[in-house]
Amino acid sequence: MTEPARDPGLQPERTRLAWRRTTLSATVAAILAAKTALHGSTSAAGVLGCAACCALWLGFLLVANRRIRALAAADRPTALAPRQATGAVLCTIAIALCAAALVV
Amino acid sequence: MIEFARNVRLWFAPEEVRQEGTTPDYRFSLANERTFLAWLRTALALIGGGFAVDQFLPDLRWGWRVGLALALLAAGVLCSLRAVNHWMRCERAMRRGEDLPVSRFPALLSVVVAVVAVAMVVVVLVGWEG
Repeated sequence: MTEPARDPGLQPERTRLAWRRTTLSATVAAILAAKTALHGSTSAAGVLGCAACCALWLGFLLVANRRIRALAAADRPTALAPRQATGAVLCTIAIALCAAALVV
Repeated sequence: MIEFARNVRLWFAPEEVRQEGTTPDYRFSLANERTFLAWLRTALALIGGGFAVDQFLPDLRWGWRVGLALALLAAGVLCSLRAVNHWMRCERAMRRGEDLPVSRFPALLSVVVAVVAVAMVVVVLVGWEG
């Protein structure tokens, strides 16, 4: 009965928490987006923008949760896949584009 | 520019990255990933700042408000693009055993944030009820 070797630097845990923090930042951005979209009179474009931002936030959550599960499952986690990194970045950029559309 | 296009292709092709060099210690990869996430948070904060300018400075003239918001949003987009690009370059450098890439982006971003902050102070002091 030997415990699985743990990294004394707790790197996987720190990485998991970094994903959590980043998800939290995305949540704040999405909430600000929803506030902007539904501010004042509710228009069809506003509702659409709000829905888009919510969907993007869900997409980000999905990427983050997948990565967190992968980090927890393996004893020696594999490096982040470029597709996941690109997915997270594309969600971020799309939120910014929604923001630009809502602001103008 | 060609180098950048090649990197963009690599963002979507995980297998090609693994073909190069040797796999580094997984802790280095995780540290690289955390740096990437920190840049992504910076990008999200800039985007949140863009929303905040639009929402919490409603008395500002339309041009100033939208201009500042769009500047912050554009900085957020640039920051996130750079995040994934730099992460990829670091990952490849580690696999090949090269030096990590240097970048003038942090300095550039600092200057942009400082300029936007000064512009905001000026706008809030002078342009209020403009």
